Amino acid sequence: MWDYTDKVKDYFFNPKNAGVLAEANGVGEVGAISCGDALKLMLKIDTITTVITDARFQTFGCGSAIASSSALTELIVGKTIDEALKITNQDIADFLGGLPPEKMHCSVMGYEALQAAIANFRGETWSDDHEEGALICKCFGVDEGMVERAVRMNKLTTMDQVTAYTKAGGGCLTCFEPLEGVLARVNAEMVAEGMLSEHEAYRLGAADPVALKKKPSVSANATMIPLNPLPPTRPAAKTSPLDPAVGAAPAMTNLQRIRLIEQTIEDLRPSLKADGGDCELVDVDGNTVFVRLSGACVGCQMASVTVAGIQQRLSTRLGIPLRIVPVGKNGH
Amino acid sequence: MRPVYLDNNATTKVDPRVVEAMLPYFTEQFGNPSSIHEFGARVGGAVKTARRQLQMLLGAEHDHEIVYTSGGTESDNMAILSALEAMPGRDEIITSKVEHPAVLAVCEHLEKIGRAKVHVIGVDSLGRLDLQAYRDALSPRTALVSFMWANNETGTIFPIEGLAEMAKEAGALFHTDAVQAVGKVPITLKGSAIDMLSLSGHKLHAPKGVGALYVKRGTRFKPLMRGGHQERGRRAGTENTPGIIALGKAAVLALDYMADEQTRVKAMRDRLEKGILQRIPNCFVNGDPNDRLPNTCNVAFEYVEGEAILLHLTRAGIAASSGSACTSGSLEPSHVLRAMNIPFTAAHGSIRFSFSRDSVDDDVDRVLETLPDIMDKLRALSPFWAGADQAAKDFKPVYA
Repeated sequence: MWDYTDKVKDYFFNPKNAGVLAEANGVGEVGAISCGDALKLMLKIDTITTVITDARFQTFGCGSAIASSSALTELIVGKTIDEALKITNQDIADFLGGLPPEKMHCSVMGYEALQAAIANFRGETWSDDHEEGALICKCFGVDEGMVERAVRMNKLTTMDQVTAYTKAGGGCLTCFEPLEGVLARVNAEMVAEGMLSEHEAYRLGAADPVALKKKPSVSANATMIPLNPLPPTRPAAKTSPLDPAVGAAPAMTNLQRIRLIEQTIEDLRPSLKADGGDCELVDVDGNTVFVRLSGACVGCQMASVTVAGIQQRLSTRLGIPLRIVPVGKNGH
Repeated sequence: MRPVYLDNNATTKVDPRVVEAMLPYFTEQFGNPSSIHEFGARVGGAVKTARRQLQMLLGAEHDHEIVYTSGGTESDNMAILSALEAMPGRDEIITSKVEHPAVLAVCEHLEKIGRAKVHVIGVDSLGRLDLQAYRDALSPRTALVSFMWANNETGTIFPIEGLAEMAKEAGALFHTDAVQAVGKVPITLKGSAIDMLSLSGHKLHAPKGVGALYVKRGTRFKPLMRGGHQERGRRAGTENTPGIIALGKAAVLALDYMADEQTRVKAMRDRLEKGILQRIPNCFVNGDPNDRLPNTCNVAFEYVEGEAILLHLTRAGIAASSGSACTSGSLEPSHVLRAMNIPFTAAHGSIRFSFSRDSVDDDVDRVLETLPDIMDKLRALSPFWAGADQAAKDFKPVYA
């Protein structure tokens, strides 16, 4: 069973503001029974001051869906609709003392219902209603607009996170490629807007749909080196212009090989530095590469993941399997 | 308040008599059965007795047809991989959509790496196998047929003996995952066409970490574990002697309690099922009403979500399980219920209660006292419930 906070349990077992609000003048309905959760949010809004004076909900869903709905009503009563619209799904999760990562979509459902209810009060049609842009995930009825909002609002950068926050891609995974496209596009826009640094952004091809299907859980947001295929880089020094760029490893001289290793590590350093760590090349002996990790990498529990990341990247770049050995301060 | 445990298809409590039987094999009787000296010989004798005890439970012809393993998952893996290797010129596997992942995931993997072509046979809305599809899939290329004896989620029983005969006619090996069936329904392997059968200790009041694969005498077999002569070379590795002794004792007790399982346990299950259907509107039983395990009750509650039900049951001290997506970390409801085409409105709210010989009448009363209030509470919260009148009229429960 999930590790729910006491507050989630309390709001599930004793939900506040559950039921029908007969005099509601703003109603938002999101989700569907086939998806496993759905929420109907009913608001009573003062037409002059636009203050939300009462809020009720009806929810079909798991423990965290019911708790998130109830928490939402507690958060918005007493606020004007402009204030309420500033509430994010993260605020709902925070109010509950956090939600398991796989359950974040419950808080997103609350956020979506609020947007829908206020749009309904204003006489608008909630543009989302799973009709904004193309429908991406058919299993859970998630459209492009919803994915985009969840990615922006929560700074999502991996496919696992997108599934945890929106459910998209949690079923048959036939939507993997379009979904990946949206994540990469929105991340690229966020980089351009300065919301995200470039090394954090998702790059196409970084996730493996087969691996995702086997393990629907969400990886911790640890400082890992993205194990993605390399972006086009400067061509490495070649022995002859006729040599193909990739798979040229056996033809490389030792010096060229070391240069390439050096350059690969150099390319990785900015992302390590962003997390307060660093890495330098110490020596190369045959197919063993000795590196020294420093800064935050030292003693970091994720150090072995970092080393594995460097190893994978070097092996890909050189086209041969390499072994990375981290060494201490005084060399090896 | 006394806790109510109705999740015996997940695991069972080890019988105290089983614990008593196995304990000496940790301490005084610590010898390695392969050793020639007295320490080993005594244990070797006990292992042989345990093998005979399990042979009795399965109605097997020979005791050496039993290969001890670490549990149901290992047995399933072993059977499938062995069959592919032992049947040259045949590279197809036939299995069903409702198998346990210990079978399905192995088959999917073999297909992915290009090692086998897998035919996955569907079921109807009661969970009964599509026999025509099975017949059509059998061919001279079939290496192995693997169908479960009884389904872990719904309890639906497949006509295994007949399915095995069909495989035999096609010259294929037949394996059955009988993890849920052993100890709950009578099994006689002697004279059957079943070549291999998997069972697990912890589903029949023995500890976790021990199980067995029955391999009919004369069946071509390739070991999964190599590196020792144990189990006649079919499963290398020093024997888990306390576990094996425990499984033997559990087999003896299972035979003793077989009648209890078919009568008292079944009666409790039936009373729970009828009680739920009488007290709670818009729910129905999943599985084949005519051919089901006596201990399993899987009920789909419309317009509520399974995890929410389980959280309330847990608070009331009742342990059950759910086919709901939300409890497992995946986002879709159970593959078994989806294969049966149970509508999403109900699949998300399916709860499994599974009894054992440890269950008592009071367990049934407690659930019947608790569940209607939980349903009222959750349905009052559900936006679908208010509009469900029409659905209720259209609705045809399995038990009319």
